[in-house]
Amino acid sequence: MSETILAVLEQRQGKFNRVSFETITAAQAIAAESGWTLEACVVGSEIGSIANEVAAKKLSKVYALESAALATYTPDGYVFALKQFISGKKPRLVLMPHTYQVRDFIPQLTTALGTTVISDCVGYRKEGDQFLFTRQMFQGKFAADVAFSGPGPHFVTFQAGAFRGDKAEDGASADLVETVQVQIPEGKIRTHPEEPFKEARQAVDLTQAEIIVAVGRGIKEQKNIEIAKQLADALGGEIAASRPICDAGWLPMERQVGSSGQTVAPKVYIALGISGAIQHIVGMKGARAVVAINKDSEAPIFEIADFGVVGNLFDVVPPLVEEVKKAKAGA
Amino acid sequence: MKILVCMKQVPQKDAPLKLNESGRWIREDISYEVNEPDAYALEEALRQKEKHGGEVVVITAGPGRAQQVLREALAKGADRAIHLEGDEFVGLDPVNTAKAIQAAIKDDAFDLIFTGLQSDDYGFAQTGVILSELLNWPHATIIMQIEKKDGGIRVKRELESGDFQFVEMPLPAVLTIQSGINKLRYATLIGIKQAKNKPLQKKAFADVQSAIGPNLQQIQRLYIPQKTKKTELLEGTSTEVAKKLVEKLRNDVRVL
Repeated sequence: MSETILAVLEQRQGKFNRVSFETITAAQAIAAESGWTLEACVVGSEIGSIANEVAAKKLSKVYALESAALATYTPDGYVFALKQFISGKKPRLVLMPHTYQVRDFIPQLTTALGTTVISDCVGYRKEGDQFLFTRQMFQGKFAADVAFSGPGPHFVTFQAGAFRGDKAEDGASADLVETVQVQIPEGKIRTHPEEPFKEARQAVDLTQAEIIVAVGRGIKEQKNIEIAKQLADALGGEIAASRPICDAGWLPMERQVGSSGQTVAPKVYIALGISGAIQHIVGMKGARAVVAINKDSEAPIFEIADFGVVGNLFDVVPPLVEEVKKAKAGA
Repeated sequence: MKILVCMKQVPQKDAPLKLNESGRWIREDISYEVNEPDAYALEEALRQKEKHGGEVVVITAGPGRAQQVLREALAKGADRAIHLEGDEFVGLDPVNTAKAIQAAIKDDAFDLIFTGLQSDDYGFAQTGVILSELLNWPHATIIMQIEKKDGGIRVKRELESGDFQFVEMPLPAVLTIQSGINKLRYATLIGIKQAKNKPLQKKAFADVQSAIGPNLQQIQRLYIPQKTKKTELLEGTSTEVAKKLVEKLRNDVRVL
């Protein structure tokens, strides 16, 4: 019997999380290289129609794990359903997107199955008949190729943006969906979630900004934020920040860019004293151009910068503000 | 409430990291600090104890240098500390790290276990959740607020794109704590003095080895990531660099 790859896709209220399609792209690539069969699985309640949606992609089968108790996400519910299903199916490899939801339950699932997950991967490579999975280490300063050394099934999660969701290939969608009714025993689900909500209405929509000047730890003190604001004002852009700056209260949370803040795609993103931790990069790598000013030449932000200045931002930014003003006055 | 806080020592944020001879890990002759989310986890435990009474115990796994993390935690107000001491702990996968912690606390009865949401070195984001499964306790991750209720707790989870959610669960439970949940305190001089007399229990790798199995995942090699973009570096005096940048913003990026 052929080996199977199982892609577990994320949906909420009948809509796919976009990164689910990135997981399909990754799974299709690995399936093509290994010759293994690709199957997908969706967990929830009344998910027939989105199971059909994914059945249009190139894969062999889609399983819909159905239960009224799975209508709202809980780690216990998802782990119960997936543990039962995966124990029976015994796939070689299980792939998921590295979302906040997946990271909430996948270590519980893999531990319950006596296996492990290589989490937050950005790629893979095949060496001989073994797959190695690449993940970032030390906040992106290093990458590591990691191998599974225990029995399967082997679980991998992929970081948002590691694969192109729009490259997921379509296939012949003929009768591929199989519904699996899951009976979750009373008392199995120990946590009781309430409805998700937004903290406050976001007054600032950074997603529409064309120019963003963002500050990180390198700004050192709250009063120095003013220097960055001057640059943003001179350029007619918005000010933004990495998480530590907002945690410290130096800028409001609504100006945070990154996995826990906004995801932006401006024409230019000017990163001042931002080292470029993964959690920040995922929020801004869609920028058309990235300018990085940082005193550490090995800061990961330079991995994705188009233009870089290795130097002290306090030396560089004030003359830059003047030059921008001159350029605007002359234009 | 009796709370355990799992803390980790990681390389300082701007420490220059170099590969060691094995090509699988970094050279360790660098400066270290406490993993940032773990500092918030400790602060939250201290605040919960101040509100509800109880005890705060801190635990770390790592070589002798990692004791510094425990000393700082004791100085800030933790009541006692456990050090799983040994170089062997550095290379454990998250399952084995969780098993080592479970073995080290088997004679304690905690109401809550806190970890940071992930570490700045490996960044697995797994150890806390694995520990909850080993203990058969409920858990919640990326926590931004904790309220004690009759028979349990109500916590605020951070979701993606600015969403939050409250979740209720019974105790005991494991929570992974997000940075920024509170404001960190500094250790006082008195605290630092008192810390010297607080109990710090050491356990060797041999003491927990029977609980640990072979690693289920293993780093084959560590390397500087390949650049996906070619960065054009602008050099010169500050004024020259500023002029060059404005040129780029005008001609290449076209925003001026």
